[in-house]
Amino acid sequence: MVMNFMYERILGGKNGAIGIAILAVLIIIILPLALDLFRLNLVGKYLTYAFAAVSLVLLWGYGGILSLGQGVFFGLGGYCMAMFLKIEASDPVTTSIQSTPGIPDFMDWNQLTELPWFWVPFNSFSFTILAVLLVPTIFAFIIGFSMFKRRVGGVYFAIITQIIAVILTVLIVGQQGYTGGINGITDLKTIHGWDIRDDSSKYILYFINAFLLFGVIFLSRYILTSKFGRLLLAMKDKEDRVRFSGYDVSNFKIFVFCLSAMISAIGGAMFTLQVGFMSPSFVGIVPSIEMVIYAAVGGRMSLIGVVYGTLLVNFGKTIFSETFPELWLYLMGALFIGVVMFFPNGLAGIWQKHGTKLVACVKKMQCVSHVKAMIETRRAGSKPAARLNAENVSGE
Amino acid sequence: MGDYTTQELLSIFAMQGFAGFSLFSVLLLMALGLAIIFGQMGVINMAHGEFMAVGAYTTYLMSAMSEKYFPGFIQYYFVFAIIASFFIAGFLGYLAELALIRHLYKRPLDTLLATWGLSLIMQQSFRSIFGAREVSPTLPDWLLGSYQPTETIDIPLNGMFVLALTLVVTVGVFILMYRSSWGLRVRATTQNRVMSGAVGINTKKIDRLTFALGCGIAGIAGAAFTTIASTGPTTGSLYIVDTFMVVVFGGAGSLFGTIFSAFSIAQAQSILEFFISGSMAKVFTLLTIVIFLMLRPEGLFASKVRK
Repeated sequence: MVMNFMYERILGGKNGAIGIAILAVLIIIILPLALDLFRLNLVGKYLTYAFAAVSLVLLWGYGGILSLGQGVFFGLGGYCMAMFLKIEASDPVTTSIQSTPGIPDFMDWNQLTELPWFWVPFNSFSFTILAVLLVPTIFAFIIGFSMFKRRVGGVYFAIITQIIAVILTVLIVGQQGYTGGINGITDLKTIHGWDIRDDSSKYILYFINAFLLFGVIFLSRYILTSKFGRLLLAMKDKEDRVRFSGYDVSNFKIFVFCLSAMISAIGGAMFTLQVGFMSPSFVGIVPSIEMVIYAAVGGRMSLIGVVYGTLLVNFGKTIFSETFPELWLYLMGALFIGVVMFFPNGLAGIWQKHGTKLVACVKKMQCVSHVKAMIETRRAGSKPAARLNAENVSGE
Repeated sequence: MGDYTTQELLSIFAMQGFAGFSLFSVLLLMALGLAIIFGQMGVINMAHGEFMAVGAYTTYLMSAMSEKYFPGFIQYYFVFAIIASFFIAGFLGYLAELALIRHLYKRPLDTLLATWGLSLIMQQSFRSIFGAREVSPTLPDWLLGSYQPTETIDIPLNGMFVLALTLVVTVGVFILMYRSSWGLRVRATTQNRVMSGAVGINTKKIDRLTFALGCGIAGIAGAAFTTIASTGPTTGSLYIVDTFMVVVFGGAGSLFGTIFSAFSIAQAQSILEFFISGSMAKVFTLLTIVIFLMLRPEGLFASKVRK
């Protein structure tokens, strides 16, 4: 019974389980063995973006709510973690050359003489963990409550979340003394004396990050296969009908928005731990939209696809900006347009259309007949194609 | 603000208010184009700022060319530059609609991603063609200098010119959209595409020209922009969020609302900027608007359109 529940609801049946297994082997075994620590750390950084991409599957792929402010939640999570680390990094001994020892260096540069009140609770690690999870969620609740209760959705929601991303960025950059300004919070060192910059800590953090990511994917799968997931999908397609059936649509939307904020925030906190700093350049419009493109490239309906999408886009970005920095923006632009115009379901869509057929055909060793069938289809027109597709769908 | 006398304070208000007028002009010109594209057609054009940059670069090119080849023309080129900006930006908009936007009318959220991609490509093209450094055209003499009604007030002439240009364009758009038969067809198409097609309006052509018109007006905004600041590859993206805010705050589909909201946002930002830092002025303005939109999502002046 329990096994069955695990298998169907969390792994997502046979196809889902295979997909998860392949991804797990790739992330947990192949990449750590194949890459040196520097590259692996990069992959770890990309995987923190995958949290935001997974949150967008829930929110955008299933809920139909496009948020251009996932960077806000990613950033809030990251900043909460960075505040704790910064306080620990600026103990009175190491900062003794400052005019006020014991406070973060950027505060000293901005003539602050004591820790601002909202920094004080971040002395505690357990408070910090709570803050990482709750601050973005509460923020999302306030935004979601005031918007969805008034039935603001779609395009307006996207624009307002974007404005919020701008506000937060301008605020962080402007309030240098409290936030570290444009440089962000840098020089992060230890958690209770455990140095996060060590080689071994980097490995440990990479694996913690990977396991958390799988945890989030399992949680999301569980939610999406529940009744709530089906309602979410129904809401996306015919919101009014769901409302007329007696459901309070806005509550579902608020819940999924808060959940997606929390998931992004976990990614942000892991980002801070692995990269060792947090800055406003991960909060604003550009990172937020890039997170959407990760989800779009991977397939906005596929929890596993978006992880591949995130890795692929980021690898592309790293490789291109190292070798042909000028071409990268063209390619990125073309990627946005191409995904929207030709592959609205992203990598996962392509895989479902061609990959599954390929697997089935390899399994049955009927490649020859499959190719024949395809040629016939081309000749005969659309009717056999429909038959093939129908077979394919029923086979899934 | 205790250190200022009343006289000085009034002058500050007048001058900052006028600086606000320049911002207002650019915002309004941008927003007029976007109000047509977003408010009427429902397309989220994230590349709108880049069409503005097209206008600004056109003006720069015209200036550089007349400086090099027709030095006598330098006093007059600006008028032609405005017209050229309109047509070049409009033509690029026409092409964008033809290649991209027309496939996405039924998926408004996807237009956002696609036009963002377009804006990245356009930004990089600007960088490849004109370089990463900011450029600015040589302004004709009659745009330089200032008007001094009293000793403490100093109003730049280029600001007054841009304001006049904005007025002309706004009136032109109003007449075109609300007093011409073409405007009637545009409004009919955006309200009910199927029915408009049924009564014999060529809706595809209307869409294409409407989008081109919106981009063309952004081009004029770009020409006006060159008189108050210099242009770089990312200039357009700095204004895009503000422009969306103007349109949403004013109430999509309401011309009067767009004017009013551009005015209040520009003035609030400009006058606040003098007393508190620029970034806080921006935060304050944006936050007020977000809170307002949470309380009244349809904006200041909502048009009564059945959706």
